[in-house]
Amino acid sequence: MNPLLLNSRRAFLTKSLQGIGGAALASLCGPELRAASAGALGALPLPQKAKRVIWLTMAGGPSQLELFDYKPKLAEMDGELIPESFTRGQQLAQLQGQKLICQGAQFRFDRYGKNKTELSTLLPHLGSVVDDICIIKSMTTDAINHDPAHMFMNTGSQIAGRPSMGSWITYGLGSESQNLPGFLVLISTGKGRTPQPIAARQWSSGFLPSKFQGVQLRSKGDPVLYLNNPAGMNRERQGLDIATINALNKQHALEAQDPEIATRIAQYEMAFQMQASVPDLMDITGETSTTRELYGCQSGDGSFASNCLLARRLAERGVRFIQLYHRDWDHHSMLREELPLRAAEIDKACAALITDLKQRGMFEDTLIVWSGEFGRTPMKQGDRGPIGRDHHNKAMSTWLAGAGIQRGLVYGSTDELGYAAVENVCSVHDLHATMLQQLGIQHDAFTVKFQGLDAKLTGVEGAKVIKGILT
Amino acid sequence: MKPISLLCALSNLVCLGAYLHGAQPDADPRIEFNRDVRPILSDNCFYCHGPDQSHRKAKLRLDIREEALKKEAFVPGKPAESELIKRLTASDPDELMPPADSHKKLTEQQKSVLRRWIVQGAEYQLHWSYEPIVKSKIPADTNGVDFLVRNRLSKVGLKPSPLADRRTLIRRLYWDLVGFSPTPQDVHEFLNDTAPEAYERLVERLLANPHYGEKMALYWLDVVRFADTIGYHSDNPRNVWPYRDWVIRAFNENKRFDRFTIEQIAGDLLPDADDSTRVGSAFNRLLLTTQEGGAQAKDYEARMMTDRVRAIGAAWLGQTTGCAQCHDHKFDPFTTRDFYEMGAFFADVKESIVGQREDGMLVIGAEEKAHLAKLDTALEEAKKGVKAVEAELEIAQKKWEAALNLDTFSPVAKGTEDQDDGAEKKRSKELIAGLKKATGKRNKAERTIIEEYFREHAAELHTQEWKVLKAANQARNDYYAQLPKCLVSSSTAAKRTVRILPRGNWMDETGDVVKPRIPGYLPQPNVEGRELNRLDLAEWLVSKENPLTARTVMNRLWKQFFGTGLSKVLDDLGAQGELPPNGPLLDWLAAEFRDNGWDLKQMVRLIVLSQTYKQVSAGTPELLAADPYNRELARQSPFRVDAEFVRDNALVVAGLLVPTIGGPSVKPYQPERYWENLNFPTRDYFADKGDSQYRRGLYTWWQRSFLHPSLLAFDAPSREECCAERTRSNIPQQALALLNDPTYVEAARVLAQHVLSECSGAMTDRIQWAWNRALQRDATEHEIKTMVEMLERHLADYRKDPKSAAEVLQTGLAPLGTDINRAELAAWTHVARVLLNLHETITRS
Repeated sequence: MNPLLLNSRRAFLTKSLQGIGGAALASLCGPELRAASAGALGALPLPQKAKRVIWLTMAGGPSQLELFDYKPKLAEMDGELIPESFTRGQQLAQLQGQKLICQGAQFRFDRYGKNKTELSTLLPHLGSVVDDICIIKSMTTDAINHDPAHMFMNTGSQIAGRPSMGSWITYGLGSESQNLPGFLVLISTGKGRTPQPIAARQWSSGFLPSKFQGVQLRSKGDPVLYLNNPAGMNRERQGLDIATINALNKQHALEAQDPEIATRIAQYEMAFQMQASVPDLMDITGETSTTRELYGCQSGDGSFASNCLLARRLAERGVRFIQLYHRDWDHHSMLREELPLRAAEIDKACAALITDLKQRGMFEDTLIVWSGEFGRTPMKQGDRGPIGRDHHNKAMSTWLAGAGIQRGLVYGSTDELGYAAVENVCSVHDLHATMLQQLGIQHDAFTVKFQGLDAKLTGVEGAKVIKGILT
Repeated sequence: MKPISLLCALSNLVCLGAYLHGAQPDADPRIEFNRDVRPILSDNCFYCHGPDQSHRKAKLRLDIREEALKKEAFVPGKPAESELIKRLTASDPDELMPPADSHKKLTEQQKSVLRRWIVQGAEYQLHWSYEPIVKSKIPADTNGVDFLVRNRLSKVGLKPSPLADRRTLIRRLYWDLVGFSPTPQDVHEFLNDTAPEAYERLVERLLANPHYGEKMALYWLDVVRFADTIGYHSDNPRNVWPYRDWVIRAFNENKRFDRFTIEQIAGDLLPDADDSTRVGSAFNRLLLTTQEGGAQAKDYEARMMTDRVRAIGAAWLGQTTGCAQCHDHKFDPFTTRDFYEMGAFFADVKESIVGQREDGMLVIGAEEKAHLAKLDTALEEAKKGVKAVEAELEIAQKKWEAALNLDTFSPVAKGTEDQDDGAEKKRSKELIAGLKKATGKRNKAERTIIEEYFREHAAELHTQEWKVLKAANQARNDYYAQLPKCLVSSSTAAKRTVRILPRGNWMDETGDVVKPRIPGYLPQPNVEGRELNRLDLAEWLVSKENPLTARTVMNRLWKQFFGTGLSKVLDDLGAQGELPPNGPLLDWLAAEFRDNGWDLKQMVRLIVLSQTYKQVSAGTPELLAADPYNRELARQSPFRVDAEFVRDNALVVAGLLVPTIGGPSVKPYQPERYWENLNFPTRDYFADKGDSQYRRGLYTWWQRSFLHPSLLAFDAPSREECCAERTRSNIPQQALALLNDPTYVEAARVLAQHVLSECSGAMTDRIQWAWNRALQRDATEHEIKTMVEMLERHLADYRKDPKSAAEVLQTGLAPLGTDINRAELAAWTHVARVLLNLHETITRS
């Protein structure tokens, strides 16, 4: 860290006693405390189409066969054994050792938009903006259990300890935000049965420095952990303490010659800024009623819709990577009963996010990705009672929108039963490579030394940018 | 910091640089393969022309001289005729190496090194860490550390720094040996101890302090990924804390590192195996496991095996092995076969692959064993009692069932206090459902529930026998439940078959079946005529022939006392790691360690008694310019202390620390709903009350998927993978935690209480008192002035706002004391809070 910082205009304590309170607080409250931090990459080799990413994670693995990938043949074969040619030698999760029986879509599909795109009737709002998005029906992944699949989707590896994509990107590109972390995570949970757990390692910075880890924004309690002042201490008292801490640290720096002290002073300033900027961010009462109705949310309700609105506010504030989780898509059973609820929880909000970003001229430089950690089987799970589908890694549907992504495109396809992606097959690494490319980063040259290797988000096996979906 | 004179900095750099390249004014500098050439080849060429044969291009490998010569990669002495040089400078992109798509590019300086190396004959060296350890000769009565550091310093034209003052020294020793700062009294005594051996005595005292074991254990627990939960998915608890205590005890008792190693890897296989060595063998069980529904056993069998190989590589060998799961190592000679053969050592560890871990071995003394046996006997007796009347009861039950009217039947509530309504209702429902079925159609659970209900609530005879059985059962289970247990290793004859998994794919069963074997490129153990086992592996790791373990352990140890390893990449002593700038020093430490009975405490003693250790950490501008990262050790290094010690120190300064060693993990305050995204089951976090709230940080409940956020903010690792080195970041979350985490707010409040109750002087005296308590030095005039200014503002503020003052004092469970002036205490809480937040307070310099 730059030791000159100590002498900069922003070093807010003078020798004068008055300095601690008045002048210091004035400085602390200044509009621009921290210059946006530069990324490790410096000049980008590729045109930067996307300035930021909003990644909508549907945790649990939504059924593409009910939402995006309609298969008439599967409906025809409903109740019949799936031919072994499809399943032989393939991984199975909970269906291990069971009869594998075809199950057609449980909900009706319709055609939406100018391109008459086929989409589930569970997603009418998304249907209204379907000409703005690109659906990939041929996505695949390596993992078939939730935990490793999340790890793979987020870090490109099934072994813990790798940085998540948000960390990679804030590391590479830095942050444009003056007073918020560059990588934020928001989590909502469907009002359903029992959602699958998720783990903080999904937004861990792995072997990258901790400053690139995702910071969770919470709808209840402290919006960021330890953000609120202790009981009885208001902002003035907090400011006075921080001013004093920094004054004493500054004094100490004159003798100690430790560059970390300048950094620490800057971190206390940043912390104090966050204590104001985060509540300001979370407070959506300033949004017009039209906007709130567009999303369909109430302030502080912790819903996916609220988080979508917050994502737009974060995007406006220069946050680089915004990841939303919506939990409870793991429909081994109760597919008919629960899937419509999940779909309703996200449908309007997703459409609103696209519409809102378009209205504000931010759609063109924001990359939106919607994805689960894996897909679901065309085979049914559960003989009697409320049926569902098992985990599946050979086919899943993902959609992208915004920055340089073709509008109204359906890309790739699966076989006639929707078992495996067959045309334009895409891997998780391909998806990562594509995202990086839109951010101006050449994925195979974006490396960090780790355990002797030039570690990459896109792995060692080689990844390809999905050029067919780009404008 | 003063600006550094550019000229002076440059002259030093030139001087240092000249040495690094072996400059003698007239001769062509001697190129040394390991130091100068291997890093260039490894980073730029080995990826395609190295050990990994499946990826090798043009059948050329450059990591072995004979192979490179065979393919005419270079002509020793003749760079112009050498293909290697031609390729580096080719103008045709098809000829150019490294190729453009590798995104690798050699600098002119690197090309010149390769050219000169060929001129000088293109000699190779075995990679430094695979070479036998070379022990330098040290003059008698000389500290080897100092001798070798100074040797090196004189070569690079640097001079050692002066020794630090005594306050700095005692603080440094406390931080490094026990993990918190000394009391003002400790410092006072040390400052006034004029005896020549005062420092040595202090060192001995701290080495004998039981907190030494805790301090040392922390890093080992990172390396072996010790945690209280399984890691994957539901991240459920498991019983392993006795292993943590075993580690602490091992460091305190100075268990020799060879034995320490053997007990962890094979404590169950030793001829003298006992409960303690078995607890040590919990090491093999510390990996990640899953209880996720739909997890495939073969998949996780492979994950667990690879996890273990990586652990051995990280903890003992300083080798990155993970990549060899799919392909031969790109840079080191570690092959895929080596990887799976290493994994085969663990094929005998008895465990379920998917699902809940077992309770583990009881870790109890003779008294507990006797008591448990007594309860077991009582239970057996009670069972016999019931058995004797079984037939009669069965007949009675049939009669009761026959007479029962299920339409009006309403089961008696069980009525135990801890039973919630839901469980009670469920039980009733199951009971009635069972009763509705014909006797022959009931499943086992239904039969049990009906039988239990009848005997407890409806039977009119032999109720006493049943009651005795119930009570005996309860007594035994209650007692058993609270006994310490630990997952340990035990060996099964039904070993898992280990195959080489092509590309790491567990579904591919075409690979060779392999047996346990030590990696082929390392010296082999002397065992013939039988298959190697875990004990062989453990013994080999700490054998004199293995050059890696002693180097790896000493390199990590060095970081504890200087902030950086002698070779800075702690987890990789392979080709992509760093050739240590002072190789003879690392080798000498490794040899001392290995040859003098793997005595770790002695090595610590050796390091902290050196003059090198005792230097000041602030460098002159010239020194900072010449050696900004302090790799030459012409000074000490300051660093922020590790997460747990930040907290420990605050508790010590506030007088809150409960210094008990060992025991079940504890739960400090944690933000509400932090665990809300856990499931199966969902979990509430209940912070401990009483003593457990104030235990040292290393006892904190280690929830892998959501590690305590205050620890996480200060870079504690989640311990999902082995962690040889914590990052040391400086981020706003640290400021937020130190300012707002109730642990620190409470510590500030309690420290303020001490100030007011133990020091009755003027405001400035009290500030001095607090200053000494936190930093063990007097505050400067300027510091006092700053603090007084703040204190007076807070005082005036709280006198006008008593409600807030009262609120400030509410944080934390520690009692408030009587006879307090709330406004005053609230204001002083801020003074203490500022002190606990200072950079100096959390820095070991």
